[in-house]
Amino acid sequence: MSVLSFTSVSVRFGGNTPAVNGVSLEVKPGEIFGIVGESGSGKSTLANAVMGLLPGTAQVAGSIAVNGREVLGLDEPSLRQIRGAEVAMIFQDASASLDPTWSVGDQIAETIRAHGPVRSAEAKARAIALMEEVGIPDAPRRYSDVPHRFSGGMRQRIVIAAAVANNPKLLIADEPTTALDVTLQAQVLALIDRLRRSHGTTVLLITHDLGVVAQVCDRVGVMYGGKLLEVASASDLFARPSHPYTRALLAANPAGAPRGSRLPVIPSEWSVESLPAAEASNG
Amino acid sequence: MSGQIAFILRRVALTLPTLFVMSLVVFLIIRLVPGDPVRTMLGFRATDANVAELRQQLGLDQSLFTQYVVWIGNLLHGDLGKDIVSHAPLSELLAQRLPVTFELTGLSMLLAVAFGVPLGVWAASGGKWVNRLTEGFVIFGIAIPDFWLGIMLVLVFTGILAVLPPTGYTPFLKNPLGNLRYMVLPVSTLAVGEAAYILRTTRGAVKAVLGRPFVTFLRAKGLSPRRILFGHVLRNAGPSIVTVIGIQVGVLLGGAIIVESLFALPGVGRLIVTGINQRNYPTVQVGVLAIATIFIVVSLITDLIVGWLDPRVADGAGT
Amino acid sequence: MSRLRSTNAMILAGLAVLALLGVIAVAAPWIAPYDPEALDVMGVMGPPSLAHPFGLDVLGRDVLSRVLYSLRVSLLVSISAVAVATLLAVPLGLLAGYFGRWVDTAISRALDMMLVLPAMLMAITLIAILGPGSAVATLAIAMIYLPILARVMRTSTLVVTGLDYVAGSRARGASHLRVLVSHVAPNALGPVVVQASVLSAFALQLEAGLSFLGLGTQPPTPSLGGMLADGRDVLIQAPWVEIFPGLAIVIAVLAFTLLGEGLRRVFDPRGVAE
Repeated sequence: MSVLSFTSVSVRFGGNTPAVNGVSLEVKPGEIFGIVGESGSGKSTLANAVMGLLPGTAQVAGSIAVNGREVLGLDEPSLRQIRGAEVAMIFQDASASLDPTWSVGDQIAETIRAHGPVRSAEAKARAIALMEEVGIPDAPRRYSDVPHRFSGGMRQRIVIAAAVANNPKLLIADEPTTALDVTLQAQVLALIDRLRRSHGTTVLLITHDLGVVAQVCDRVGVMYGGKLLEVASASDLFARPSHPYTRALLAANPAGAPRGSRLPVIPSEWSVESLPAAEASNG
Repeated sequence: MSGQIAFILRRVALTLPTLFVMSLVVFLIIRLVPGDPVRTMLGFRATDANVAELRQQLGLDQSLFTQYVVWIGNLLHGDLGKDIVSHAPLSELLAQRLPVTFELTGLSMLLAVAFGVPLGVWAASGGKWVNRLTEGFVIFGIAIPDFWLGIMLVLVFTGILAVLPPTGYTPFLKNPLGNLRYMVLPVSTLAVGEAAYILRTTRGAVKAVLGRPFVTFLRAKGLSPRRILFGHVLRNAGPSIVTVIGIQVGVLLGGAIIVESLFALPGVGRLIVTGINQRNYPTVQVGVLAIATIFIVVSLITDLIVGWLDPRVADGAGT
Repeated sequence: MSRLRSTNAMILAGLAVLALLGVIAVAAPWIAPYDPEALDVMGVMGPPSLAHPFGLDVLGRDVLSRVLYSLRVSLLVSISAVAVATLLAVPLGLLAGYFGRWVDTAISRALDMMLVLPAMLMAITLIAILGPGSAVATLAIAMIYLPILARVMRTSTLVVTGLDYVAGSRARGASHLRVLVSHVAPNALGPVVVQASVLSAFALQLEAGLSFLGLGTQPPTPSLGGMLADGRDVLIQAPWVEIFPGLAIVIAVLAFTLLGEGLRRVFDPRGVAE
């Protein structure tokens, strides 16, 4: 059984052009699945649709199943039981994801206590353990520090700890490293990879950065204009990109370009209609 | 924690120059009066001997520096001087008047906060018609001058409904119920405008916080809207709301001067106005000093509360 | 699009009402049906009628005529107070924001000192020193608003000074004066105009409040606050003496507020003015 499956998912915000257009996809247990695309490709909309975090104006069609359970059309109380328990989500800017007035430890403990009767002392102990696990030095003392006393990288670790506090089966990471510099990026990706291995968490990693994909993803889906163009294992995608857009994307990526050569530019006249969509479960 | 204490000390130290400047302004009130203030006070029928006596009594025959030092020294010993009309010690007069002003402004602010904050939160998270309704209240609450609102309230509640006394006062300790009956109209008069300001600020602050990314993360953690609102959003909107409440205390104290006169409440504000009309400068000075001190202390307290609510302010990291 | 239309409508409506009030104020001697001081001893506290649409006051004076005349002093005091404050605040804020450093510190500290007393108390203190009257009230209101307007000007100057074209014109060798006058000032004025319009509304209220206390405009000059004070004791018997001057204040305040809010949307999208 897949942890997360999308079947013909489309999302519209009023206008004629759908933000997400007929996406079908299965994410397997324990894998890190990357969704790569430019801004506006619909990748974040797809991620938010899983959590039921789209604004009220969004019309979602199709089916999204988490551990075999349909989540589209669930009411708020049922969604709340899923959020932060079965599915966790982290966002681009960790500094902005934390409440500046709360201590970081309490923000981790809060996730724990939101999903079950846990006494505050126990929640605190578990939060400290989580802080240690994500690599916050001197965790018991720093439990009561507020976010602005931490560096950006440390804050992203705390956000991850707060997200995965209830051992979710699925972690959705929406551009988790975009706001960080390269060294910190690698550390945070390594942390996500380690959590995945130690807890068996499945990860859906949303990114525009092919370097990130190459570092940690097992499989990758490429999105453009709301459509899922291609799904492949990460190694296949880099070695044998099958879709012309993917080839253009790879060629425009500085990581893969020969030194001294001019980077190709993706032509802006790509039209969504001319692009074939990926098959439902090729991979 | 030590950062918090340092912040408190720093902020308290900052009020000292403010208090100094304020005391200078109050000190100079009588000295800046064009012409001879003592003549002006006593009127033209006073003899030269009377004038000289009062001038000496007020210390106006010494150098400005000596005058200020003596004046401040007396103040710090609780000697506020004498009312030149009734010859009563001003410390006694102030002790009678202050409770009235405290009750009037305190109850008004309480009422304004009790209405303004919940309505502001409601408007920020509510639908279109809630917004329209509160917007109307804000516009008119701010546009209607408080003293005219007071007059209209008297017209309705005394003139038409005949349920409340128009003016007057009885001390709370003597007759609590009678006191409150007298206070209902003046307190409401002052509270309406304040509630409008507090509502507007609360609505803006809560709306701004609701749009911040950490609220999305809180939803993603599975928290209920109620918990997000009361646990996080209000805490973050708090500093802006408290800051405005602090500023509005100044407006309220100013409004109290008019409302006390309108409703014949024997408070400090009425003391000042009567003092000005009688050219009773020492009394005016003491009244201004009292209200300005309250204002400075309230500003200090609100800043400390803001520092406590928002740890970044206390750490000097700005907002 | 509809927002743009409603913004223009706000500005136009505010201006239209203010223009109407201004015309009434100037033309009061010609349009007022009676002399504001003329006493009708037989008609004391007479209710509104065809001959006296707003009724008669406690001395038998025509309330409508007095309201029309009162607008003169109300508008004159509030507009000239704000104008004086703005004229002083603009250069101060400009210098503080543009030069920064010790110039800023000196100006800002001096302005802070003007804020040690709450606004109303500051006005009353000045009146206590200089004596009551509409000229002193104007001065007092101007002094209250000077630090507020100067702060707004300082903040918006800071913003504009930080923009590239200002640094650019300095780099091309323009003098400070030239940069200030031709680049910084015109672009930094928007929020001050907005703030001045909003403050005019409060100035009008403040003048009425001071006159109500007997500290502003002195009789026999008719003023809205003074009318409210005169009619206070006969409120129940002759409410029209109190209702109409108050309504006039509310209408004028709303017009200034409407204008200020509309101007804010156009000139101060960043919200520099409070």
